[in-house]
Amino acid sequence: MLEYEPVIGLEIHVQLKTRSKMFCGCQVSFGDPPNTHTCPTCLGLPGALPVVNERAVQFGIMIGLAFGCEIAERSLFHRKNYFYPDNPKAYQISQYDIPLCRGGHLGDVRIHRVHLEEDAAKLNHLGQSGRIHGADRSWVDFNRAGTPLVEIVTEPDISSPAQAREWLTVLRETLRQLGVSDVNMDEGSLRCDANVSVRPRGTRELGTKTELKNMNSFRFLERGVRAEIERQISRLHLGESVIQETLHYDPGSDSLTPLRSKEEAHDYRYFPEPDLGPLLATSELIAQARDELPAELPVQRAERFERELGLSAARAQELAFRAELAAYFERALAAAQSNGVGEVDAVELANWIPQLVERIGDADPGESKVAPESLATLAAMVKAREVSRDAAREVLTRLVEEGGDARAIVEREGLGALSGDEDGLAEIVERAIASDPAAAEQVRGGNMRAIGPLVGYVMRETRGRADGGEVTRLIRAQLGLG
Amino acid sequence: MSDVRDLTATAAAEAVRAGELDPGELFEAYRARAAADELNAFTWVAEEPPVNGGAKEAPLGGVPVAVKDLFCTEGVPSQAGSRILKGYRPPYTATVVARLHEAGAPLLGKTNQDEFAMGSSNENSGFGPVLNPWDRSRVPGGSSGGSAAAVAAGLAPWAIGTDTGGSIRQPAALCGVVGMKPTYGACSRYGMIAFASSLDQAGPLTRDVTDAALLLRHMVGHDRHDSTSLRFPEEISLPSREDLTGVRLGVPEELTGSDGGVEPGVRERFEATLRQAEALGATVEPCQLPHAPHALSAYYLIAPAEASANLARYDGVRYGLRVDGEDGLLAMYEKTRAVGFGAEVKRRIMLGTYALSSGYYEAYYGAAQKVRTKISDDFRAAFERFDLIATPTSPWTAFELGAKTDDPLAMYLNDFCTVPMPLAGIPALSIPCGLSDGLPVGFQLAGPAFSENRLLEAAYALERAIAFDGSAARA
Amino acid sequence: MLDRAQVLHVARLARLELTDEEVQKMAGELSHVLEHIEKIRELDLAGVEPTAHVIDVAGVVRADDPAPSLPVEVALANAPEPVETPAGLGFGVPSPGQAPGE
Repeated sequence: MLEYEPVIGLEIHVQLKTRSKMFCGCQVSFGDPPNTHTCPTCLGLPGALPVVNERAVQFGIMIGLAFGCEIAERSLFHRKNYFYPDNPKAYQISQYDIPLCRGGHLGDVRIHRVHLEEDAAKLNHLGQSGRIHGADRSWVDFNRAGTPLVEIVTEPDISSPAQAREWLTVLRETLRQLGVSDVNMDEGSLRCDANVSVRPRGTRELGTKTELKNMNSFRFLERGVRAEIERQISRLHLGESVIQETLHYDPGSDSLTPLRSKEEAHDYRYFPEPDLGPLLATSELIAQARDELPAELPVQRAERFERELGLSAARAQELAFRAELAAYFERALAAAQSNGVGEVDAVELANWIPQLVERIGDADPGESKVAPESLATLAAMVKAREVSRDAAREVLTRLVEEGGDARAIVEREGLGALSGDEDGLAEIVERAIASDPAAAEQVRGGNMRAIGPLVGYVMRETRGRADGGEVTRLIRAQLGLG
Repeated sequence: MSDVRDLTATAAAEAVRAGELDPGELFEAYRARAAADELNAFTWVAEEPPVNGGAKEAPLGGVPVAVKDLFCTEGVPSQAGSRILKGYRPPYTATVVARLHEAGAPLLGKTNQDEFAMGSSNENSGFGPVLNPWDRSRVPGGSSGGSAAAVAAGLAPWAIGTDTGGSIRQPAALCGVVGMKPTYGACSRYGMIAFASSLDQAGPLTRDVTDAALLLRHMVGHDRHDSTSLRFPEEISLPSREDLTGVRLGVPEELTGSDGGVEPGVRERFEATLRQAEALGATVEPCQLPHAPHALSAYYLIAPAEASANLARYDGVRYGLRVDGEDGLLAMYEKTRAVGFGAEVKRRIMLGTYALSSGYYEAYYGAAQKVRTKISDDFRAAFERFDLIATPTSPWTAFELGAKTDDPLAMYLNDFCTVPMPLAGIPALSIPCGLSDGLPVGFQLAGPAFSENRLLEAAYALERAIAFDGSAARA
Repeated sequence: MLDRAQVLHVARLARLELTDEEVQKMAGELSHVLEHIEKIRELDLAGVEPTAHVIDVAGVVRADDPAPSLPVEVALANAPEPVETPAGLGFGVPSPGQAPGE
């Protein structure tokens, strides 16, 4: 059976955090009483006209700069024509073949284009089901109509559902740090559709792609993409072909239904928007946008952590992709390097951050009770073998609960590491060897894998306070090994 | 009462400002006539005079203005001549109308028009045709037929309309009044119910050139609500020059119908007017606009294409007519639009949708926009040798009601002299230059962008020489 | 040159319901007009830029300052089917059967 590999591209819509809408002065809002933020323009009244929001353009340029895109000096708005109750003019003002930005990348995924457009209104249902199918009457709230949107389209560079989820996380964090959007999937300020196809492993030609919609959380995105990959592969294995279509993901049943009828795709009849002249990305706008960019975005920070601090790519990304984590880590590192807390290197310190996250979840570590200096101290103590790794985990838990100084907690709880010369560790090692002659014989014979039970005995006896490396050394010494 | 209506708008404004004429009396004189309109020129007439005082200090002296139905007027029906907007009252007023109001020209009434400005005879209105005051068995022209007829018949001192392919100039010609389409962008389009966004422009329809200048002066200007509006580089002056010395007039062979496209009576009046221009000191020579014969084709691709998108919003969801038989959304859309739109509008929506549809864009809309570029280039070249271009406005005088309604193409040919100018975005006006078989003939002048003052000056001088008497229609 | 199927397709794109008689008439009229218009395709337009905007109005933007919106009753004043929901007033419509393009 032929093995297939997935090819995934993402199409993301981001609501921009401007104060007013894309083409009119109505306030951008969420959750306000319906139809309280409308005007002739966003309602599509006869005779109304659009006027471009400069801040939205600036935000669009910032996004383009963050991705290293080519920013078009002159781009055009186009009308995208289709009928739907949430589309007040029956055309959406968008950008077509001359968008604001082209090219660029975020991490190892290339960006195809970034462009500006306006959001649709919100269609709600009066039926019981709460879902669009099965209701008789619906109603429309135009508060959202005209909200500025940026559409980001990637190249099909993503090769697994997990990678799609991870990359979208980086994107979200990047946009959040740019300050251009709330990027909240629950509120709809971040929406993501996926284009999915499969091809025989190792080939280059693209297979037929389908478009997946309605995955409104990261988890559903991953599941939806995975389900579609499986569906396509099954079809191909059955000798059938993949039909180009749009599919709607239903999280409840974890299944996909074709959204459009079998007839041909929309004919949007794009033509240049006559009510708006070309959009100019002037050198002023670009300079202003550049000024507003944060000094370092997540991907750049991750690369720096890897390059300058020697962190692994995975660990670097884990720390860099959340602004609060990165900030906390760098403070701890600074504390370690300048306050003389003892020798600790970045890699060592970095390994403790996930431990902290495990204990505090999504909360900002900077607001936890664990001062960065304390964490740095703890890491230094472990490195100096003053406390065992296991004991240190206990100390961290205490720090999370009460704050304070790591050293003080170790002393108070008596969690200091046991060493061979003091604290009777040597004696415990003797007892360990005596308790399991079989294992001891194995180790003496050169099978180091058998050392496990012996080490485990010592750890139990010392309630984890012994330093694992020290214990191993003592066992070997007592067994006559070097 | 009839004394008051003998005054031109400019004279009436002066009289009010001088304290010689009561603006309330002036308003009522016209209001009463408009309310008794037998030409179906009005779709709505004010029931009372405006409340504000201040007419004496205002530049337009309280002289009321008739406004084409497609200009949004807050709280007042604005239907664009269509049943799909029957009774629609907008929550805002078009910038141009608001500016005129502020300058002292209150709203007299809304005038009838071809539906969504699509037509050249005002027979496409959802509210019945308008009759030509010169001969009620004939059309007034379109699409601003109501505005033209109202001014010609003395039912309004002046009026505004819109011109996309000739919809101010052609009815002006057929009704024996002055009509002007300014440079594209000179007047704000905010609140003007859109037909073809890249072509539509508001403009005056008046009894004489001076009135046109005065009205236009208070219409032009940048509007922050309209991203295609421009700051007019100079003030519109009231013309005063009485000769045409040094004015070089170019006459394009392609638009003078030497091949028989123009009615003989119209040709005669046109030629006679050219001679009058020469007598006033102008030079008159032939010029070329090689792509002008294709202007009509380009226009009938671009305008319907833009219209098909502009009219898509009439879907029964938020305002206007809705036909909802509980058959679902698609049926609602299709039936609403089938019932609400007239035949000509449907035809143009179909034509425009087809021209933009997948596979046809380049061949039709794309090609038309290229022809448009060539036409602009032709004018640019012509204006290097000539100050103004002269043509007949309409190839024929007012035709009989129903004479051309069976053949859309024949109706489109009404526009062949007027469409090149909007395609190039340049200003043009029409003045009456005489009668042919008792019906008015229009003389068109066009100039480069922002040449409105020069156009008005030349038109003024000619108007004096021609001394056209339109009072018969006002009787 | 425009047959019945094409007319029906375009009518669907434009959301216009046409009677059989109208379809036939429309096919004839549109074909007639298109024949005339087609002549522009004979022109040599190689290398000519299409006119997207007839005047030079690039880069028109406005500051991101909110302006007052219409009061909700005014926004709904012309609505064919105003709906009162627990959250407030809305524009009632028949429900779409599927997504856009049904």
